[in-house]
Amino acid sequence: MVQRFNPPLETPSQTAGPYVQIGCTPNYAGLSGIYPEDIGGRAIEDGAKGTLITVRGFIRDGRGEARLDPMIETWQADAGGKFAGQDGADPMVNGFCRFPVNAETGEFELITVKPGPVPMRGGGFQAPNIAFWMNLQGNNIGLSTRMYFDDEDNSTDFVLSKVPQTYRRDTMIAKKTGTGEYRFDVYLQGDLETVFLDM
Amino acid sequence: MKDLGPLIPRNRAAQPVVHDPNVKTTMRLGPNQPLLSLESTLQEESGPRFGHSALGPLDNNLIANYTGGAAMPIGERIRVHGFVRDENERPVPHTLVEIWQANAGGRYRHVNDSYLAPMDENFGGCGRAITDESGYYEFMTIRPGAYPWPNHGNQWRPMHIHFSVFGHSFNQRLITQMYFEGDPLIAMCPVANTIKMRSQLESLVAGLDMGASRTMDYLAYRFDIVLRGRRQSMFENKLEGM
Repeated sequence: MVQRFNPPLETPSQTAGPYVQIGCTPNYAGLSGIYPEDIGGRAIEDGAKGTLITVRGFIRDGRGEARLDPMIETWQADAGGKFAGQDGADPMVNGFCRFPVNAETGEFELITVKPGPVPMRGGGFQAPNIAFWMNLQGNNIGLSTRMYFDDEDNSTDFVLSKVPQTYRRDTMIAKKTGTGEYRFDVYLQGDLETVFLDM
Repeated sequence: MKDLGPLIPRNRAAQPVVHDPNVKTTMRLGPNQPLLSLESTLQEESGPRFGHSALGPLDNNLIANYTGGAAMPIGERIRVHGFVRDENERPVPHTLVEIWQANAGGRYRHVNDSYLAPMDENFGGCGRAITDESGYYEFMTIRPGAYPWPNHGNQWRPMHIHFSVFGHSFNQRLITQMYFEGDPLIAMCPVANTIKMRSQLESLVAGLDMGASRTMDYLAYRFDIVLRGRRQSMFENKLEGM
């Protein structure tokens, strides 16, 4: 015998399907005229403080083939480590960005500023990173990961240090390929499978 | 800023399975390694906000928003409405809800959809709304048609509307599908049945809501959504003297 307690469960996810662009980036999908512009089209506005960066990459299956249908969303702090809406956050940093991959090549491109370190609840800081959330065919629930930078000190980061196999940590670290340019490839399966997060 | 506490960990048993042999693509594209489960941080607990000013007056009316109200699409007129709440049964106000769907014949307005059913020149198929203070949203649309899809055998998707909901935290993000009460295709649908907990699958089936329907105009369907909640505790918030 026990007092009744039935809190509601989170609504279950379902795949975003192959036509997610109709709902989330309709102008990109050719449904012009309904909304003036798609939501989340820019991570930053002109005048955002910090180092301007471009991140490019692919979402690949276990054999390395790029997927052509994913929709990606990213969320990040500004150069000072503050999120949009927090006191003192850079008003030119939206933090949120939503973009499809290139329909022919599968490559994505994110133009933003490098985020600053974000404080932890119990003290200390996380290494600079950008949260990625991806929806694509063959996934019943969106995939979460983080993108770190190979030219930052990641040695004490809370998430990276929890990855049980050290070789897998690298799957969350973007490689610098030029001034302000990084490459971040996500693998859904296989030897290079990206670490996906449940936080 | 007040610390509302970490997000309640996601109950994966109440979510669809990652791999399901009945949906071929999940076998090849769903990750094989276990997820790394950790307590949320400010990165996951914060998220984008969208103001009511970002929306146009017809954004939540799919009957009118493609033609600007000049001509109406073919199909059954329906109203879809409900509340967005969290696992603590609190309303989620001022959050963006986006929907997309096929037309009444089961065809999407998308370059890759080559189904036999014709396009409807008066129907786009997307809409969006922001919840009010009480978490309430509503859409006017037409009932989407069922359609066949290549998987194995003769398979049809039940009538459904895709939903995307933000919440206030980036890790409350949810993409799902709403089904319609009484549709016999739900029980046969491999996509719907990637959810193995029966009560959870039922939670995606909107009920016919005669009280909210309008005489000589439209039927209504009620679809409530639950997003992840936050675990609040006086202990963790380190009140004075504790």
